[in-house]
Amino acid sequence: MRTRTGARIGQYAALLAYLLFLALPFLWLISTAFKPPRELGSLHPTWIPENPTLDNFRQAFDEQPLLRAAGNSLLAAVCAAVVAVLIATPMAYVMARHRTRLARAATGWVVVSQAFPFVLVIIPLFLVLKNLRLINSLPGLVTVYVVWALPFALWMLVGYVRAVPAELEEAAAVDGAGRLRTLVSVTAPLLAPGIVATALFAFITAWNEFFFALVLLKSPEKQTLPVILTHFIGAEGVADLGPLAAAAFLATLPSLVVFAVIQRRITGGMLAGAVKG
Amino acid sequence: MTVVTEVRRPANGAPSQGRRRRGGDHGAWFLVLPALIPILVLSVGPLLYGVLLAFTDAQSGRTEPTRWIGGLNFRDLAQDTLFWESFRIGLVWAVGVTVPQFLLALGLALLLNQKLRLRWLARALAIVPWAMPEVVVGIMWRLVYSPDAGILNESLRDLGLGDGRDWLSGLGTALPAVIVVGVWAGMPQTTVALLAGLQNTPRELHEAAALDGAGAWRRFRTVTWPALRPVALAITALNFIWNFNSFALVYVLTNGGPGGRTRLPMLFAYEEAFRYGQFGYAAAMGCVMVAVISVLLALFLVGRLKGGDEA
Repeated sequence: MRTRTGARIGQYAALLAYLLFLALPFLWLISTAFKPPRELGSLHPTWIPENPTLDNFRQAFDEQPLLRAAGNSLLAAVCAAVVAVLIATPMAYVMARHRTRLARAATGWVVVSQAFPFVLVIIPLFLVLKNLRLINSLPGLVTVYVVWALPFALWMLVGYVRAVPAELEEAAAVDGAGRLRTLVSVTAPLLAPGIVATALFAFITAWNEFFFALVLLKSPEKQTLPVILTHFIGAEGVADLGPLAAAAFLATLPSLVVFAVIQRRITGGMLAGAVKG
Repeated sequence: MTVVTEVRRPANGAPSQGRRRRGGDHGAWFLVLPALIPILVLSVGPLLYGVLLAFTDAQSGRTEPTRWIGGLNFRDLAQDTLFWESFRIGLVWAVGVTVPQFLLALGLALLLNQKLRLRWLARALAIVPWAMPEVVVGIMWRLVYSPDAGILNESLRDLGLGDGRDWLSGLGTALPAVIVVGVWAGMPQTTVALLAGLQNTPRELHEAAALDGAGAWRRFRTVTWPALRPVALAITALNFIWNFNSFALVYVLTNGGPGGRTRLPMLFAYEEAFRYGQFGYAAAMGCVMVAVISVLLALFLVGRLKGGDEA
C-alpha cells in the first residue's frame, strides 16, 4: 500500500515537471508582452509585470504592418484550407473505397512526400511559379499551400471516409441514386465533421507556415504574419523584446483557438489514417 | 475517439467494389482529377525537376541558358567541408531532438493514460506548442534565453548557479539550447500519437498481468510495448524526417550562428539557393539529404522490425 502511494506521488511530481516545462516558456512570453521597457531592461526580471502595460501592443502595430500581414495570412490560410478540402475530399473518397493502383500510388505519394526536404521542392516550384508570374503573389502562395496541405488532408480524410459504412452508399445505390447523388446527399453529410476538422487543420498549417512565405513573398505589403514577425528581430539579432513578444502572442491566438476546437478530431484522424496504414 | 470506429471493412464489401470498379471508372477519374493534377504538376513534377536541376549549373538571374554538367555538383559537394559540417550538425540535431522527444513523450503519454488529476490541464497545455507557429516558438525561446531579460538566467541566478550566459551565442551552448527548443516544440504531437496508441492496448491483458504479479516494468515490456510498437516506430521515423528537414525554428533562434554551429542543412541549402542563387548546387544538396535520410530510415526500420520478430 505504501509503495502505491509513493508511486502516486512520483507520478504527480513527474506530471508537475511536464506541466512546468510545457507552460513556463509560454507564460514568459505573455509576461514579457505586458512589461514596460524599464522592467524589460531590468537585470532582475520578474514573472509578473509590476506595472503591466499595453504599450508593447501599440508599439508593435506602429512598427510593423501587423494588421495587413494578418489579413494576408488569413486570406492565404482560408483559401488554402477551402481549396485543399474541396479537391482532397473526392480523391480521399476514391482512395478509401477503391483499391485501384491509382489509390495505392496516391497513398505512396502521401508517405513519400513527407520525406522530401522543402528545398528540393521549393527551388523548382520557385522557377515554375516565376514563369507563371506567381512569385510574390498570394495566389502563388495559396497554390503552394494547397499542394503542401494535401498529403495530410488526404491522410485524415481517408480515415474519415472509411469510418462511413459502405452499406449506406450501397443502399442509396439500390434506391436508384447516382454516384454523385450518393456522394452529395449520403456520404458528405456524414463526413462533414471530418471535413471541417481537416479544413481547420489545413488552416492552421497555412497560418503558421514560414518557409514558403519567406521564399515566395518579397514585397513587405504582401508578406504574411510569420514573416513580418521575424522583421522585429534586427540584422544583428537585437530585438525590441516587448513589441516582439506582444506581436508573437497575438499571432498565436488564432491557431490556439482553432486548435482547441479540433484537437480531439485531429488526434482521431491522425490515427484513423495510421491504424489502417 | 474516432479510432474506435475505424474497423476494417468486412470481406462482403469486396464484390460490390469489384462491380463498381468496372462500371464507373470514369466516375472515379472525375473525382480524382481535381487533386491529381495539382499533385502531378506542383509536387511530383517539381520533385523530378528538382532532381534534374541537381545535374545542371542553374543559377538565379543568369542570362545564358542552363547547361547539363553531369555529376559536377555532386563532386563539388563531396569536397565541400562546410556542407558536410552542416550535415553533421543536422544529424546531431535530428537525433538529439528525436530521441528525447520520444522518451519524454512516452513518459507523458504513460502519465496521461493513468487516472490522475490535472490530466485535463496537461492535455490542454500540450496543445500550445503544437498549435503555435514555429516562428513564435523561436521568438518565445529567444525571450527565455535572453542573456539579461531572460527568465532562464534569472532563475539560475536565483538558485545560485552562477550568472548564466548568452545561450544562443555561445559556441558550445547554441546547439544544445536549440535542441531543447526542438524537443519542446515536437513533444506534444508525439505524446498525442503515443497516447492514442496506448489507449488501444488491451486493458484486460494489463489486469491479468498485474494479477499474475508482474511489476510495472514487466507489464510495460510484455503488454504495453508490443501494442505500442507500430505507432512508436511510425512517429519516431516521421519525427526524425521532420526534424532533419526543419528550418523555421533555427532560422529564428540563431539563423545558423554562432559561426555556423547551428547551421542545419536546410538553412545551408536555403542560403545557397536564395541568397547566392546557386539553384543547381542547392538542388544537389537536397538530393544528398534525401538519399542519406532514406538510407538511415531504411536501416532503422529494418533493424527495428527484425528486433520485433525476436522479442
